[in-house]
Amino acid sequence: MTTAPDAAPKPRQNRFYFRIESLVVLVALCVVMTLLSPFFLSTSNILNILLATATIGVLAIGATYVIASAGLDLSLGSVLGLSAVFGAFLVDRLGLPWPFGIVGALFAGFAAGYVNGQLITRLKIPAFIVTLGMLGIARGLALVISSGQAIYGLPSELVYLGQGRPFGIPMPVIIFFLVAVVTHYILAHTKYGKHTLVIGDNEQAARATGIQVERHRRSLYAFSGLMAGIAGLIFMTRVNAGDPTAGLNYELTAITAAIIGGTNLFGGRGSIFGTMIGALIMGVLQNGLNLLAVQSYYQQMAIGAVLIFAVWLDQFNRKVAAR
Amino acid sequence: MSLLELNGIEKRFGSVEALRGVTLSVEAGSVVGLVGDNGAGKSTLMKTITGIYQPDGGAIRFDGQEVTFDTPGHIRSIGIEMIYQDLALAPQQDVASNIFLGREPTRMLFGFIPGLIDRPKIVAEAERMLQRLGARVPSVLSPVGVLSGGQQQSVAIARALTFGPKLVIMDEPTAALAVREVDHVLDLIRELKRQGIAVILISHRLTDVFAVCDRIVALRQGQIIADEITAETSMNQVVSHIVGG
Repeated sequence: MTTAPDAAPKPRQNRFYFRIESLVVLVALCVVMTLLSPFFLSTSNILNILLATATIGVLAIGATYVIASAGLDLSLGSVLGLSAVFGAFLVDRLGLPWPFGIVGALFAGFAAGYVNGQLITRLKIPAFIVTLGMLGIARGLALVISSGQAIYGLPSELVYLGQGRPFGIPMPVIIFFLVAVVTHYILAHTKYGKHTLVIGDNEQAARATGIQVERHRRSLYAFSGLMAGIAGLIFMTRVNAGDPTAGLNYELTAITAAIIGGTNLFGGRGSIFGTMIGALIMGVLQNGLNLLAVQSYYQQMAIGAVLIFAVWLDQFNRKVAAR
Repeated sequence: MSLLELNGIEKRFGSVEALRGVTLSVEAGSVVGLVGDNGAGKSTLMKTITGIYQPDGGAIRFDGQEVTFDTPGHIRSIGIEMIYQDLALAPQQDVASNIFLGREPTRMLFGFIPGLIDRPKIVAEAERMLQRLGARVPSVLSPVGVLSGGQQQSVAIARALTFGPKLVIMDEPTAALAVREVDHVLDLIRELKRQGIAVILISHRLTDVFAVCDRIVALRQGQIIADEITAETSMNQVVSHIVGG
């Protein structure tokens, strides 16, 4: 560290706020995989990667908003499972029409996030604890509702959401893309998104300038829950079942995707574009390890290591930038 | 009728009585210096005016309107701005965004999707405001965190002045500045006075207070113990008010 970094501020900002490094990593990962496996670049494999990325990606969008506001949502994976079970429960066990599968999954996610937000902002319990508690509660509730068994057999309309392929593109990928476009617009170009970043950047400044910090935070956790609900819906319709173990440990992957996409772990910076790249990196990594026939146990280790490495890299960059 | 009237303001933090019945009025276009030792209650009093804290007793009137239990957002909208000692800036956001924090103008995207922040307008007006203040900030697109202390101060001042306030509260605006920058801030206060904008200046630097203020109010242990016309008092007298003579 003998070279002094150029301290002059950049004249132009990066409007997408993503890390160029993450794009480089993604491309490098793809090149390596192409060299290692002849199947990697096949159309069906690429669609596989996108399909796997869709669930994680939607979840990571929720994580991005919350982390950008200097919050944390550890309950994402469990709430995904609860949403999947609840949606399937309504149509399969209660025999309600298929639209209730959609509404139910989204509602379950939203409700769990809403409860998180209320507990965090009204009772002033740290987000870490509340969402860790919700991780247990949502998973437990999913097991209770389903009696511990996956609820199989959904109406074909719902299954289309997970398995349909209009124009050859899997529906989950289309849903992911639409959600990403809308949430990118909100985060990057609206007051709501700006205030999300400002609350994460300097909460006192947000309060002093008239932003209603507590109310905003509440809505962010509800939003994050809603994203988990959408991810749950995708998961449920893709596997044609409400599986109470769906999304186990997905929060790890989702948070990792958000962080390597450039979201500042301590708030104030984040972009959906970056998170999409982060989610793709996770998708390619998992797919690559699958193609190379690496045991899934090692995949968990790899994801955990990537998370720690990404945060370390961010800290390191910050230290260099601060000099 | 005064622009700002505080009547018997009380504020407690647990068992600590931070403000014990503060009554104070500020006329339009006047500059009032608020002095006192650390912990006398100066910042608490100002944060009670701006809606960050809610008073436990007393009443606040601004421009003839009761504003006692109000939110920071509404207080700003009726024309009270505060420049905080720590500046209350968002370091990772750019200069233009900071100037328009909490008040971003929006327009329609494609003519029908609402809520799009009007970036070109924000950037143009931020540049205009900084130019008017004669502030030297490298670019309104720079993150505030990379700017020097004086430049950050300029951004905070620009934010306070962009929306035509009637009262500007400055909490230690000169504490962290070089001599030339201090003169710049004092000139600015005189300019605001000329425009009929009232200023409350909180400062430990009595030379600054004497240089620009019409009145000097001393606070001790949450109470006003002196409220004097600057021309009729002296540095020694004010010091003795502060330390308790």
